[in-house]
Amino acid sequence: MIRFEGVTKRYGDADSGSADGGSPGEGGGDPGSVAVDNLTLEAPTGQITVLVGPSGCGKTTTLRMVNRMVTPTSGTISVDGRDTASMDVAELRRGMGYVIQHAGLFPHRTVVDNVMTVPRLLGVDKRQARSRAMELIERVGLDPAMARRYPAQLSGGQQQRVGVARALAADPPVMLMDEPFSAVDPVVREQLQNEFLRLQSELGKTILFVTHDIDEAVKLGDQVAVLRVGGVLAQLASPAKLLADPVDDFVAGFVGRDRGYRALSFAAAPELSLTDEPTVRLRATGEQVRAIGSPWVLAVGDAGEPVGWVRAAAVDHEVTRDLLHRGGTVASTAGSLRALLDAALSSPSGRGVVADDDGRLVGTITAAEVVPAIEARRSATTAGELPEGASTR
Amino acid sequence: MTWALDHLSEILTRAGQHAWLAGLPLVLGLVIALPLGWLASRTSWLRASLLTTTGLLYTIPSLALFILLPSILGTKILDPVNVIVAMTIYTVALLTRTVADGLSSVDPSTRQAAIAMGYGGFARFRAVDLPLAVPVIAAGLRVAAVSNVSIVSVASLIGISQLGYFLTDGYARSFPTEVWVGIIACLLLALVFDLVIQVVSRALTPWTRAVAA
Amino acid sequence: MSPATIWAWFTDPAQWSGADGIPNRLAEHLAYTAITLLIGLVIAIPLGAWVGHTGRLRWLITGANAMRAVPSLGLLFAVSMFVGPLIQSDLAFVIPSIVVLVLLAVPPLLSGVYAGIESVDPAARDAARGMGMTGWQVLTRVELPCALPLSLSGLRSATLQVIATATIAASVSLGGLGRYLIDGLASRDYVQMVCGSILVAALALVADLLLAAVERYAVSPGISGRSVGVARSRSSRTGEGSRPDPSGATRSTSPASTAT
Repeated sequence: MIRFEGVTKRYGDADSGSADGGSPGEGGGDPGSVAVDNLTLEAPTGQITVLVGPSGCGKTTTLRMVNRMVTPTSGTISVDGRDTASMDVAELRRGMGYVIQHAGLFPHRTVVDNVMTVPRLLGVDKRQARSRAMELIERVGLDPAMARRYPAQLSGGQQQRVGVARALAADPPVMLMDEPFSAVDPVVREQLQNEFLRLQSELGKTILFVTHDIDEAVKLGDQVAVLRVGGVLAQLASPAKLLADPVDDFVAGFVGRDRGYRALSFAAAPELSLTDEPTVRLRATGEQVRAIGSPWVLAVGDAGEPVGWVRAAAVDHEVTRDLLHRGGTVASTAGSLRALLDAALSSPSGRGVVADDDGRLVGTITAAEVVPAIEARRSATTAGELPEGASTR
Repeated sequence: MTWALDHLSEILTRAGQHAWLAGLPLVLGLVIALPLGWLASRTSWLRASLLTTTGLLYTIPSLALFILLPSILGTKILDPVNVIVAMTIYTVALLTRTVADGLSSVDPSTRQAAIAMGYGGFARFRAVDLPLAVPVIAAGLRVAAVSNVSIVSVASLIGISQLGYFLTDGYARSFPTEVWVGIIACLLLALVFDLVIQVVSRALTPWTRAVAA
Repeated sequence: MSPATIWAWFTDPAQWSGADGIPNRLAEHLAYTAITLLIGLVIAIPLGAWVGHTGRLRWLITGANAMRAVPSLGLLFAVSMFVGPLIQSDLAFVIPSIVVLVLLAVPPLLSGVYAGIESVDPAARDAARGMGMTGWQVLTRVELPCALPLSLSGLRSATLQVIATATIAASVSLGGLGRYLIDGLASRDYVQMVCGSILVAALALVADLLLAAVERYAVSPGISGRSVGVARSRSSRTGEGSRPDPSGATRSTSPASTAT
């Protein structure tokens, strides 16, 4: 657990924090300016706490105070009960993974040597450090053949994966991540985010994560801390709570549009009665399709998995993959209300496809059938009962 | 100080000679380096070979070059042309790289825009690339100017008249004042060159001040 | 004077033995150069590393660069006249010359090391500190290796400058290859001057090519591979400001990092 107690960072007056070479990050400009103002916050063990806010809100400064890249002006920060100010600074930092925006890989070292850095600093012998590094390189989704390349030979996304592997190398309980995915393109970013969540579900690190992107915050965070300019904590809440109930105009504005709809991501789909959907197999004949008597017919694969809708009138000989409509999404029975509603809205037949965990078709549901479930949830929420642990990803 | 005042006219004459020997090669060198640098900035294999060749020319020590040139050019050893040619070689060696770097430093999007507007080949070089490269080229020219002023003084060892004369003469006569006068005069001349280049560069690039302001 | 006379000079056995012989002059020249560079490196590496690492006393670099405008011949004579009389031995010629040569070697070495460290990607430096490297470890494991290309550029500049100026130093009675030039001049022995010049030029070329080879071998391929282009454009951009190009000595700009 990382705990901030009344932490303030003021730049300009007798500042020792940035004197040892670190850039103060945002908000460190004019003398005497307050970057972080009396922040009290807890990042629980094994969870992802996201610090989010506009530039100048002191989120990077907050992060960098944890490993003392920036020295707080007042207040204490403790990690698992130990005051960081009392610890040896090198020891403190070696015990925390640190990932930054542009990865900051060492250009003169190969990928595997980069990943080995902290274990080697800690005195782990070379062979052991190397085998651990190779394991991590694969774990973050890189081809082991990349290990001998230099950072300059990697794409931005690959560099960022190496950055994550390097931070994990000494298996630190705590990870500090400063906008690690914001310098890559949106498609790669989403991949990295998903793999990061998968990795975290395996590793269960205590993570402090800085981003300026509220969507990323809501997607990744177990809890989200919204900071306003001047380093004041505006709201600390679960993503669902944040979307459903922003404390003030600033948070509401920052959380942005569509938050009602987006909040449904965090509402687990209740037990709804699904409609049985008549299906055809791929390669079914035109007569078989039209025998069902519906303008849109759902086709399934050999394992019973939905593969797409086919327009009955369009089938001449048999159902081929070319004929399938690709627009519809498939919701999982373990999914969220948002996924259910989206499946219904995106389906050409108006019937949203629902599959079980193994991907087999369970049934369909219309938007009109989802809405009552949303209404039911709203009344539960206004009664002050947000279903705990209902968060689904 | 009194020695300098007593010899003021001689100092000025030699300073004029020094300025000529260091300044003319600066102009000649720039004229030669512009097309070379332009070529180097366009093709990578030309860049490699041109910069390696000019770089090797720069390794030849000045005194050696002053002495070798007469037998290559067929001039007399005391002919100032040797110094002009030697200094031009050094200037070209320095500036080819700078011009190439300067032209390469032009923002690719600016260059793309120029191409899209229909600027081609030489017209684009003259209207877009070259003006934008002026600050980098001027920086290289300043280094070359200071370097030239210093190297020209070495020519006094082979008896060519310029400010370096005060250095050799002062040393031969064990008269430190004269040596110091020579050094200070060289420094002042280098300063003048530097200022002139800066002023010209600023006049040519009014937009850089607009950004700063 | 024809190539034949030059050939005759080089093949004369008298040139290959004794104190005036080519081997001895070459050895002297190399010795001065090596001593000077060694002293220069001992001064410039710690100083440049310290200024680059801490960012303090940056004016030292500017000051050293400004010193490059002092004509080396003038400096040589001034120091010889000042220091020479204080020394009562054969070293009376050598010490002032070495002092001047060191003064000339330090600025390119210093700005090479400094510019190299300054050009290290701030993200790499930040990551190094963030993962718990001490200041010394950041310097030795990240900054100095990354600074190697520009440092070696500085070393090449300095080497050429020292070889050239050691030649001139023959005029204050230093040994070395410069003797052929200065003595030849005094006795109007033009053949000797030309042959001496060829030797000096050849030495400078060989030294530069050797250092280029060292650079290739010593610099991590991760830096020389693609980042060379980056470092180059970066240094040319800083050249726009008041700071002279780090590799641009007044006397000698080395061909710098050879094109790959």
